[in-house]
Amino acid sequence: MEIFNHDSNIHFLGMRKYTIAIAIFLMVASVALIATKGLNYGLDFTGGVSMVVDYDQPVEIADVRAALEKGGLDHAVVQALGGTREVSIRMQPKDDPAALQAADGKVNLDRIAADVTRTLQAARPDAKLKSRDYVGSEVGAELRSDGTVAAIFVILGIMAYLWIRFERRFAIAAVATEVHDVLVTLGILALVQREFDMTVLASVLAVIGYSINDKVVVFDRIRELFRLARKAEPEEILNRSINNTLSRTIITSLFTGITMGALYFFGGPVVHGFAITMLIGILVGTLSSIFVASPILLWLGVSKKDLMPVTKENPELARRP
Amino acid sequence: MSDFPRWKYALVALVMLFGVIYALPNVFQPIPAVQVTANRDAPPIDQAVRQKAAAALQQKHVVAGEVIVSKDGHLLATFANSDVQKTGADVIKDALGDGYTVAFKLQPTVPRWLTAIGANSMPLGLDLQGGVHFLMQVDQDDVIDKQETSYADDIRNLMREKKLRYVSANRNAGRGNGIAVAFRTDAERNTAADAMAVAFPDLNVTNGPDTDGHFVVTAKVKPDKLRELAANTIKQNLGTLRNRINALGVSEPLIQQQGEDKIVVELAGVQDPAEAKKLIGATATLEYRAEGGSDAQAAEAARTGNVPPDARLYYERGTGRPILLSKRIIATGNELVDATSSFDSQSGSPSVSVTLNATGAKKMLDFTTGNVGKRMGVVYVERVVDTKVVDGKEVRVPKITQEVINYAVINGVFGKNFQTTGLGSAKEASDLALLLKGGALAAPTDIVEERVIGASLGQDNIDKGFKAVMLGLALVLLAAAIYYKLFGLVADVALFFNLVVLIAIMSMIGVTLTMPGVAGIVLTLGMAIDANVLICERIREELRNGCTPHAAIRAGYEKAWSTILDANVTHLIAALALTTMGTGAIKGFGVTLMIGILTSLFTSVTLTHAFTALIHGHRKLKTLSV
Repeated sequence: MEIFNHDSNIHFLGMRKYTIAIAIFLMVASVALIATKGLNYGLDFTGGVSMVVDYDQPVEIADVRAALEKGGLDHAVVQALGGTREVSIRMQPKDDPAALQAADGKVNLDRIAADVTRTLQAARPDAKLKSRDYVGSEVGAELRSDGTVAAIFVILGIMAYLWIRFERRFAIAAVATEVHDVLVTLGILALVQREFDMTVLASVLAVIGYSINDKVVVFDRIRELFRLARKAEPEEILNRSINNTLSRTIITSLFTGITMGALYFFGGPVVHGFAITMLIGILVGTLSSIFVASPILLWLGVSKKDLMPVTKENPELARRP
Repeated sequence: MSDFPRWKYALVALVMLFGVIYALPNVFQPIPAVQVTANRDAPPIDQAVRQKAAAALQQKHVVAGEVIVSKDGHLLATFANSDVQKTGADVIKDALGDGYTVAFKLQPTVPRWLTAIGANSMPLGLDLQGGVHFLMQVDQDDVIDKQETSYADDIRNLMREKKLRYVSANRNAGRGNGIAVAFRTDAERNTAADAMAVAFPDLNVTNGPDTDGHFVVTAKVKPDKLRELAANTIKQNLGTLRNRINALGVSEPLIQQQGEDKIVVELAGVQDPAEAKKLIGATATLEYRAEGGSDAQAAEAARTGNVPPDARLYYERGTGRPILLSKRIIATGNELVDATSSFDSQSGSPSVSVTLNATGAKKMLDFTTGNVGKRMGVVYVERVVDTKVVDGKEVRVPKITQEVINYAVINGVFGKNFQTTGLGSAKEASDLALLLKGGALAAPTDIVEERVIGASLGQDNIDKGFKAVMLGLALVLLAAAIYYKLFGLVADVALFFNLVVLIAIMSMIGVTLTMPGVAGIVLTLGMAIDANVLICERIREELRNGCTPHAAIRAGYEKAWSTILDANVTHLIAALALTTMGTGAIKGFGVTLMIGILTSLFTSVTLTHAFTALIHGHRKLKTLSV
């Protein structure tokens, strides 16, 4: 079975002015979104108290909020956790003044949890506390810096590898596209205000891994075609590479997408953020592999002679006595 | 196809066998159990205790799987689920009374022949089995404070010993800025600096500024020494926490260092978080100090606020009586080896018998030798951390309570063993003994993160995670089989074995399975198929270019290999970065991803190649089912 015509010869690079323009627009828009709306950082980053409450019967988020407000817990963030019977409640310890006073300023998770449960049960007796967390704000700061370090490590590591295995231009093009993918993914997360917690951070880093995978496959084909072709017109080679790998690019994205869809729909609230971020990342990464990475490569001026000597001839020379 | 060597077939078969055997233990789910341990003063666990517990369970209609006395002297009762386990634990606790510690446990059911070859099931993270998680931060500032104060004392002693006259020897303002010792002449300073450098190799001794006729030497603790101290502090705190948690009777607690100055404590199963927190969060220690002034002087000091220079004012617990004690500490809780609660043979009041280590014992002996008849005070130092909100930011303020719990005349010379009396109740004595025996934390430790996950949420997560993995796998298997026909089926076999081998390796190296780990497994499965997609697309291409089937297979694998390698190495770099993250959950995900990439390299390429060669090897082919 084949979904894609193997002779497909879509002139992707012909659209490069538009695709790059769109990519730049998306990046700028993402940066603007992250700067203005910001990411909706979860408890892992901000510190505070988080609880998961289960109801026997479906419940409206607005009702939960109203119940909390009635009990004097005004600043709590209430979110549904996939389904209508489970809600997550986040707040700063200072939002429960009664608990803070009672414990002389010490964070007393037991007390806060009890307060919240009591407040909720006053309105709906079927509310049940399922889990409760407390995270100090220093932990979040550390996580944020760890995440940044990890992202830089990935980008530099990948750049170094591609520089050695391919060539400078490939490394630059890959990393530029990579930055685009991460920014746009974060931009979408900022736009829909999805909670950005530890699993989402892991997912964003995994997106880098996934999307680089995609680019490398196309780059590999470009290198191969350059070496094989007698008369290598870069634009023609790049375009053929994208078309040749098109079927693989889309099939792999579909397969990975299927598993992430299963995780999203059946994996429960803990991995929701992870799965949806990964799905966004797969979509962005796939599109950028086709429309963004190669135009950058062309623009950087890749040519046949850059790729010839590096790996093909050296081993043979080395073998000679 | 003859170009697939025999040893590779053997390798593939071996890896498949290894995968199946080492993944197998995960099929045997552990069952909820209750473990009962006898406390020191209670009669050991025997058949009588077992019968008592079993009878109580029966009477309350709690259905237990089995109630046995284990080889290491615990009572074990297994239950069908965690709800029954909880009721069962309560019933047993009531029936046996205070002398026993009742803890929740998950009893493994892996057959012995599997554990004998080192095959164990993956430990589950808290999010999969419920429990409490604490992240604790060790206060390293306190280590510096203690070091500098103690060096200041040592320097003063040295000056006295060498008969060197100094004007003052005090800590500089600002933590870590060292100790400033002032002299009247430059010559005195130089002699003293030399003596200090010889006596304390861990100090950096430098000349400081000369102000109004004072010649100053600054002694700073060397950074290497501080680092070493910090590392030791963490190590000691880890040990202390381990002892304290073992005293709780929790089975298989996780106590680990995280980052430079944090400690993770995870207690699986349903625990009483408040009780656990009280024990692990408390930083209580004892300080033995010499008398610093008479009762009249103490009363005077309390009234006027004028405390003699080498003494400190304390108050007695309960009575509030002011007591002056020397600034010098004779021995501390760090030097304590053992502490047991008992009753004082003379007064009959609760007491704690203390055993010191060699350094503590020597100091105590030295001190008591010259001070029989004088008084010695025992200061109980407890530290609680307040979290206050200042300008919208959380600020942690440690609140230290210091109380004299005992102030008595030294009746004789003693060193290693002695008793502390004057405790309020038998319970207080046993609590204190437990805390002291657990060892004092070398540095105060604050809880900065706390998670409590219900056991039902854990089961829920397991069910959902299992469903997501199975469904994701099934869909990909189906899609691959439809799209690539026979080659798709071979890829499916490879994907299945990828899951098996991945689980086998994770089980073998003992990676804790968490929900992000499950997500990592699912992601790995989704991406592992990529290598097969590459190979199959390549084979299709070669066929279109007019290759014979055998040549197409060979070329397909050969040409796809370099792409697969490059793609996986770059992906591996990304996974590696995830494992460097300090946080447990992300680390678990990264480790899973990394192992998954490596196993998929083998299963997607070598394993499928073996199968393909086996199927197509000796036949003349006209077409390929790809």
